[in-house]
Amino acid sequence: MNLQMEMEHHRQVLIVRFIGELDHHTADHVRTKLDDAIHSRQTDHIVLSLKDLQFMDSSGIGVILGRYKLIKSKGGKMAVCDATKPVFRLLEMSGLFKIMPIYESESDALSSLEVVS
Amino acid sequence: MSEEQALAHNFMTLTFAAKSENESFARVTVAAFISQLDPTMDELSDLKTVVSEAVTNCIIHGYDSDSTGTVTITAEIEGDTVTMTVEDRGHGIEDLDLAKQPLYTSKPELERSGMGFTIMENFMDECEVVSEPGVGTSIRMKKRIESKKALYN
Repeated sequence: MNLQMEMEHHRQVLIVRFIGELDHHTADHVRTKLDDAIHSRQTDHIVLSLKDLQFMDSSGIGVILGRYKLIKSKGGKMAVCDATKPVFRLLEMSGLFKIMPIYESESDALSSLEVVS
Repeated sequence: MSEEQALAHNFMTLTFAAKSENESFARVTVAAFISQLDPTMDELSDLKTVVSEAVTNCIIHGYDSDSTGTVTITAEIEGDTVTMTVEDRGHGIEDLDLAKQPLYTSKPELERSGMGFTIMENFMDECEVVSEPGVGTSIRMKKRIESKKALYN
């Protein structure tokens, strides 16, 4: 698998760090892992940390949007942070920033989510 | 043919099984071929994304994820311009205008974002789709690699 995910809980916020490439091939794995985390643990909000995400295409957008709908239906929020330039452009082109905020760092995202919750 | 002209023309063809494992293989291979034009990191990353979108479309839509199908990519370098085709012999597209609409997807159950064509059109200078239901789909795209242009001037 060309993609690893590191998960870390900060109180009710789940930080997910992506390392590698998020495409159609790795999307199913991401979907399953995130859905489990959203359902089984005490996850109110999610931060997607994208510093080490070396590649993403529209399959990644699809997975992110799907998880966004899920966490939103539970009353939670999603944010992204630390995206590389190409990933940022793709997220921007897809209109993702109209529905969720982007932060420069995990700590910025965390403090913002902890304020709203 | 002078050495410079010989360098300015090049091509390659790549045929592989319609398996999702090969998406990464395809984009890395095309990127390696195009690196001879000395593209910027941004250009290279755009091209990788475009290859990934086109190949994923072949696998998911052309073949309905049936991995017995094959995908063929050709890439041709002419001066500072790269022309690529990505082709399948799958189901074809019934309504091309609809398929190209941003955010439209025929497979919402697979959580497709519907952004594939939009991304290809945005990242490439030209993008042309030929599709016939029951025969297959071919997408032909062109992009001028800017960083090389500086060398020519």
